[in-house]
Amino acid sequence: MKSAVVLLPGLNRDRDMIAALTKISGKAPVTVWETDTEIPDVDLIVIPGGFSYGDYLRCGAIAARMPALRAVAEKAAKGVMVIGVCNGFQILVESGLLPGALMRNTSLKFVCREVKLSVANANTAFTRNYQPGQIIRCPVAHHDGNYFADAETLARIEDNGQVVFRYAEGTNPNGSINDIAGIVSDKGNVLGLMPHPENLIEAAHGGSDGRALFESALGIAA
Amino acid sequence: MTISNARQITPELIAAHGLKPDEYQRILELVGREPTFTELGIFSAMWNEHCSYKSSKKWLRTLPTKGDVVIQGPGENAGVVDIGDGDCVVFKMESHNHPSYIEPYQGAATGVGGILRDVFTMGARPVAAMNALRFGAPDHPKTKHLVAGVVSGVGGYGNSFGVPTVGGEVNFDARYNGNILVNAFAAGLAKTDGIFLSQAKGVGLPVVYLGAKTGRDGVGGATMASAEFDDKIDEKRPTVQVGDPFTEKCLLEACLELMASGAVIAIQDMGAAGLTCSAVEMGAKGDLGIELDLDKVPVREEQMSAYEMMLSESQERMLMVLRPEKEAEAEAIFTKWGLDFAIVGTTTDDLRFRVLHQGEEVANLPIKELGDEAPEYDRPWIEPKTPARLDASALPKVDVADALLKLLGGPDLSSRRWVWEQYDTMIQGNSLQRPGGDAGVVRVEGHATKALAFSSDVTPRYCEADPYEGGKQAVAECWRNLTATGALPLAATDNLNFGNPERPEIMGQFVKAIQGIGEACRELGFPIVSGNVSLYNETNGQGILPTPTIGGVGLLADWSKMARIGFAAENQMIVLVGAPPSWGTHLGQSIFLRNIHGRAEGGAPPVDLAHEKRVGDHVRNLIASGIVTACHDLSDGGLAVALAEMAMASGIGATIPGLTEADPAAMFFGEDQGRYLLTLSIDPQGAEWEQLAAEQKKLGIFAPWIGTTGGRELKLGEARAISFDELTTAHESWFPDFMGT
Repeated sequence: MKSAVVLLPGLNRDRDMIAALTKISGKAPVTVWETDTEIPDVDLIVIPGGFSYGDYLRCGAIAARMPALRAVAEKAAKGVMVIGVCNGFQILVESGLLPGALMRNTSLKFVCREVKLSVANANTAFTRNYQPGQIIRCPVAHHDGNYFADAETLARIEDNGQVVFRYAEGTNPNGSINDIAGIVSDKGNVLGLMPHPENLIEAAHGGSDGRALFESALGIAA
Repeated sequence: MTISNARQITPELIAAHGLKPDEYQRILELVGREPTFTELGIFSAMWNEHCSYKSSKKWLRTLPTKGDVVIQGPGENAGVVDIGDGDCVVFKMESHNHPSYIEPYQGAATGVGGILRDVFTMGARPVAAMNALRFGAPDHPKTKHLVAGVVSGVGGYGNSFGVPTVGGEVNFDARYNGNILVNAFAAGLAKTDGIFLSQAKGVGLPVVYLGAKTGRDGVGGATMASAEFDDKIDEKRPTVQVGDPFTEKCLLEACLELMASGAVIAIQDMGAAGLTCSAVEMGAKGDLGIELDLDKVPVREEQMSAYEMMLSESQERMLMVLRPEKEAEAEAIFTKWGLDFAIVGTTTDDLRFRVLHQGEEVANLPIKELGDEAPEYDRPWIEPKTPARLDASALPKVDVADALLKLLGGPDLSSRRWVWEQYDTMIQGNSLQRPGGDAGVVRVEGHATKALAFSSDVTPRYCEADPYEGGKQAVAECWRNLTATGALPLAATDNLNFGNPERPEIMGQFVKAIQGIGEACRELGFPIVSGNVSLYNETNGQGILPTPTIGGVGLLADWSKMARIGFAAENQMIVLVGAPPSWGTHLGQSIFLRNIHGRAEGGAPPVDLAHEKRVGDHVRNLIASGIVTACHDLSDGGLAVALAEMAMASGIGATIPGLTEADPAAMFFGEDQGRYLLTLSIDPQGAEWEQLAAEQKKLGIFAPWIGTTGGRELKLGEARAISFDELTTAHESWFPDFMGT
């Protein structure tokens, strides 16, 4: 399977993501620049983390209005898989590809630490290599990861099984409602999550719990 | 409003620029006429302490700066050290003390930005950052505000730029009440054949301005940083620069692309004294003149005067000498990243620094005298008095367990998690050891087994008691922390923070500390390749503790053999390597004396450098042999605190029976130097240990087997066992409780 990584000025976990995709799939992803209006024929598009355009407006708000994101939206509408991690998640929310909003952490501070996640839905294209309810380790590093949705939206995504990852064992680092750490779109082909699975894929990272997410998405058997 | 270049030069104006009457006399001789207002500003910017090192140069020259692996020593934006396979590490540490006290968030943020720029200006991609922070007493009314602002500023810039913060220090002492220290370290990786220097070459070549636009922020910042503080310091807030990490990240990517294109002849970042300092340094180093046309400089404010443009410290800017045939290609790279690119001048052959503004020549000065021939002083100094020896036998007896919990739960030794969880410690995916251990470790991208270790160290209370021994100790502790991961220490950077050098007792501290640093660096084979001096750290005549921060870099050939501080398994033997016969003796200036007895007395612990080297080399060999399962150096708080940290890092406890005939306080809390705790995966009754003990005896290293790992408690001598939960509660509570979050 082929993948692409979207590059925008200010994103800074692009190199981590490219390294992870290359190590896991054996193939380097193609890259898409902010002004590109078309995305090559790939199976998976990833928007990595960082501070696109400095996040000097609402996080992800400027990025969501760039040509590359219109191209991502077109691909998503055609069913191509899309993953947004951290700032990528914020950008997908700002683009309207995922419901809800990401607010400032309740601590009002940036937080970088390892948390526990439970796999709330192992029946998605991104989580099929995990067990239902499996508890995994995963790092977080963000200032605005406090997921929120209005009651109606929340009930809908919960009922649809769109909540894919939840902070587990009391490790919610940001105040997210219902401990939500990651969600998919109603069609299930767009995933957004605040934690960084790309930073936990090999021995040097101290574990590889993040690997199965990319293996699931890239169609690599567990 | 514009400040005219024709402004009258009065004695008050000269004094306001920090220039002494004899310095102004020298200016008159050099220029042969009264300087213009802009020229006065330029001299003030170049000849202040911060830029010229006029009080420190004489002594800095005595430091060892060469070695087999040193590619570039002091004098460039950062030092460069060979790590083999065509790769090198580029690093430096720099202070941003005064701005951080005035405006903690922006002061700290731009400190981080400045040091990152120093590193990538040389062609290196930053891979690690550290921060050594010293604040006033916890109960001082400003301390909490400063801690919150500085920590979030460091994080705000580094996290957005995208460099992992892998280490640092946070300390409190009343002597920093009016003058905190923010020392920022950065390291980057480059190819040895891809290093860029600031020395301009070639006449008639374009001088290009890169990056962000010039505004009025930071005008006169370097001059402010070279003055003592008084009660009106808040009025200096406008001299603090404002950071934009997004632009810096773009500037990094654009510069690295530009360097790869072969367009760059010389490049210099605009740090202190901005356009002035960068242009003068490039010209003076290359024996060339520079002509600048300020009408071409991208500005973000209207009607800026030549004076303001020359002294602005707006951030995220660079100056470069360009290969003319590459102009279009270079401009396209900067346009792609949304950055300014403007040809603002040319190199000339007349050794003059000429500045044009709106058709007028506003400055015309001899460039060499501005730059590398700035004034230099041999300031008078007096030998510091060292305090009397502490009579430890007269100290009241205390319970070891209670004392340990008090130390772990106090401002000096409590966990810094509250701080480093606000820093991105794992971005780039190469962090092998994050804050909380002896050193930060980052693997070398593109290499299967290599990694770099980083540590920042100094014990200011030792330096106050004995600047010479304190200087030695700062270097030795840094070297020791690198060694404790298994790394071979390669080289160091120094960030020398002192008070007013015009006072002979302060100058005495400076001289003796440098002598100690130099001695230790020579003995340990640990040259100083870059650094920064910050003087005038005083408020209303009270100096800070002398604080020569040492930032060191080491190389691990194979990170799979790297040691960590946490106990790795139960039932492993614990060995105290490098100890005196009674394990610990020195309580003078110790944290134990300070926090348990409320006394700051006695001499600093002496460092026996030959012993230090022998012990460190032995420990490193043991780690490489694969039998070491955990390693931790002993520092503040001595043996007891080191054992507690090893236990807390893993959740595995230990039992240390202790020596019955020794004083428990000195044994468990003494701060004797040159000691490491190791756990070994060998049988203490077996032949392997016997053989190792014989080898240690031959080396003259005392390394007793002091106890065994196991359980969930720490049991020290006769004291009650302390549970893991009790240890961690004490250790983790102080900082969040103090900050109220």
